[in-house]
Amino acid sequence: MSAKILLLIWNSTLQTLSMVFFSTLFSLVLGLPLGVLLFATGEEEQGGIIPMPLLNSVLSRIVNVLRSFPFIILMILLFPLSRLLIGTSIGTTATIVPLSIAAAPFVARIIETALKEVDPGVVQAARAMGSTNFQIVRKVLIPEAMPSLVSGVALTIINLIGYSAMAGAIGGGGLGDLAIRYGYQRFRGDIMLVAVIVILVLVEIVQIAGNRLSARLLARR
Amino acid sequence: MQIRLKDLKKSYGSLHAVNGISLSIPSNLIYGIIGKSGAGKSTLVRLISLLEKPDAGEVHFDEVRVDNLTKEELIRRRRRVGMIFQNFNLFSSRNAAQNVAYPLEIIGTPKAEIAARVAELLELVGLADRGKAPISTLSGGQKQRVAIARALACNPDILFCDEATSALDPQTTHSILSLLKEIQRKMGLTIVMITHQMEVVRDVCDRVAVLDDGRVVEEGPVTDIFAKPKSDVTKEFLSHLVGTDASSEEQMVQWSSKSGAYILRFRGETTDQPILSQITRETGIDFNIRAGGVQKVGGEVEIGTLIVDIQGSEEEQENVVARLREFGVHVEKEERP
Ligand SMILES: Nc1ncnc2c1ncn2[C@@H]1O[C@H](COP(=O)(O)OP(=O)(O)OP(=O)(O)O)[C@@H](O)[C@H]1O
Ligand SMILES: [Mg+2]
Repeated sequence: MSAKILLLIWNSTLQTLSMVFFSTLFSLVLGLPLGVLLFATGEEEQGGIIPMPLLNSVLSRIVNVLRSFPFIILMILLFPLSRLLIGTSIGTTATIVPLSIAAAPFVARIIETALKEVDPGVVQAARAMGSTNFQIVRKVLIPEAMPSLVSGVALTIINLIGYSAMAGAIGGGGLGDLAIRYGYQRFRGDIMLVAVIVILVLVEIVQIAGNRLSARLLARR
Repeated sequence: MQIRLKDLKKSYGSLHAVNGISLSIPSNLIYGIIGKSGAGKSTLVRLISLLEKPDAGEVHFDEVRVDNLTKEELIRRRRRVGMIFQNFNLFSSRNAAQNVAYPLEIIGTPKAEIAARVAELLELVGLADRGKAPISTLSGGQKQRVAIARALACNPDILFCDEATSALDPQTTHSILSLLKEIQRKMGLTIVMITHQMEVVRDVCDRVAVLDDGRVVEEGPVTDIFAKPKSDVTKEFLSHLVGTDASSEEQMVQWSSKSGAYILRFRGETTDQPILSQITRETGIDFNIRAGGVQKVGGEVEIGTLIVDIQGSEEEQENVVARLREFGVHVEKEERP
């Protein structure tokens, strides 16, 4: 493979990394409050600290609908939003918008599930000591759930690597785009193969790092 | 601080968990609340500790009514109330010292002040050297000590203990109870001790209320309740009590260093006979009875237990023991260092 092609692969990898990095960041920014809200407004028996059944079921519906939406269609539907925010709907930066929005409900569920694992007795103790709801979330729930949260974020990143490759099919840039433009449209099986291998390696690295970090947090307890 | 409850009620659906409770808990003592499982103890303590609002009735701390506070007042009030639990409820993400620091952190205490206070509290509960220990590495008793230190961090007026010793073995229970008693005296606080163990009431409480089906069936000084129980529930609790347990034995004095200490156990019909006086008449050897009691074991067999000193020489003691055995008494020589 020529240096030019290697450079191409390198640039595509960087694009994928930047897409995944920023969409993870933004999906956390959107999903974290949503997940905390889902948990906090849930039933008291499940640990809900401010039970609001109506709001909870509405939020839950929205999250479910967004999660079951096929990503490619969501992306096309969100083209106008990308154009509004970024000025274009094509390319790496523009793809971050639909990626973040697609991953946010997933993140919300993961956070909700992780918080539900926290011992309700510990939350009751924190309340009895006069913690505000905000203090319970920030100083009790999130630290207590941290090992699960780390695993959840690793899973989100892995999903986003997959989504970002798919986004390549409609002009998103990155390794998926490379695989389609060269591998599929120009019959360069070798480039396709390399792109796929790089994606697999990225997924594996995130998985291992996530597991290690989570295990290390648990071991310290 | 004195607590007064006026006709408190709390229902879950059609179940009246707390069904009209009026109590006056005086300040500066240990107040027991005993009741069977489901009697409404935890519900009552959640109402008094302001974790839940009653359906009806009032809670007063000294002269202040506290059951109808606003959200902000409630949070401020809770910060002056300590609470410990059966399952400790410590933060696993924090080490022992950080757990104790939590209540100080949430009221915005400066870092240096927190560190000093935490050290002082860990010292108080006997864990001065375990501050850095992760919670999972501590024993049950040590966890409860951390929980006690955490509950005392903000100098509360009241400490609630909901089954604080139920998850602990007898020795550990004893040491935690002693610690609580010591702290009560030192700090002059009011401790409300929720339990289903009469031993706990016997060992540390000054007054007790007996709860059944969401109501108070008996209330008074512990000595009165033990000497002349009125309700069936109280009598049942007393019948489960062990007459001679290790904790009280340690405090008993032996008559003389020459006399041997023995544990005598009687079964069934022998509990009715005046064996000891008969043997004394026959042999001229005296017994000093240090403790005793009769218990039903397994619901039907009566087992009497006596702890006695037998006066006299080795040989005389052996004679008496042999005679006791003839009467069907099980005799154990107590090993004393
Ligand atoms: N949050 C709740 N929702 C519904 N029912 C409840 C709730 N809390 C308590 N109860 C019911 O109220 C009654 C009293 O419960 P409570 O926990 O106060 O009893 P308890 O005396 O503390 O018992 P235990 O010794 O088992 O802890 C029980 O029948 C219980 O099932
Ligand atoms: Mg209870």
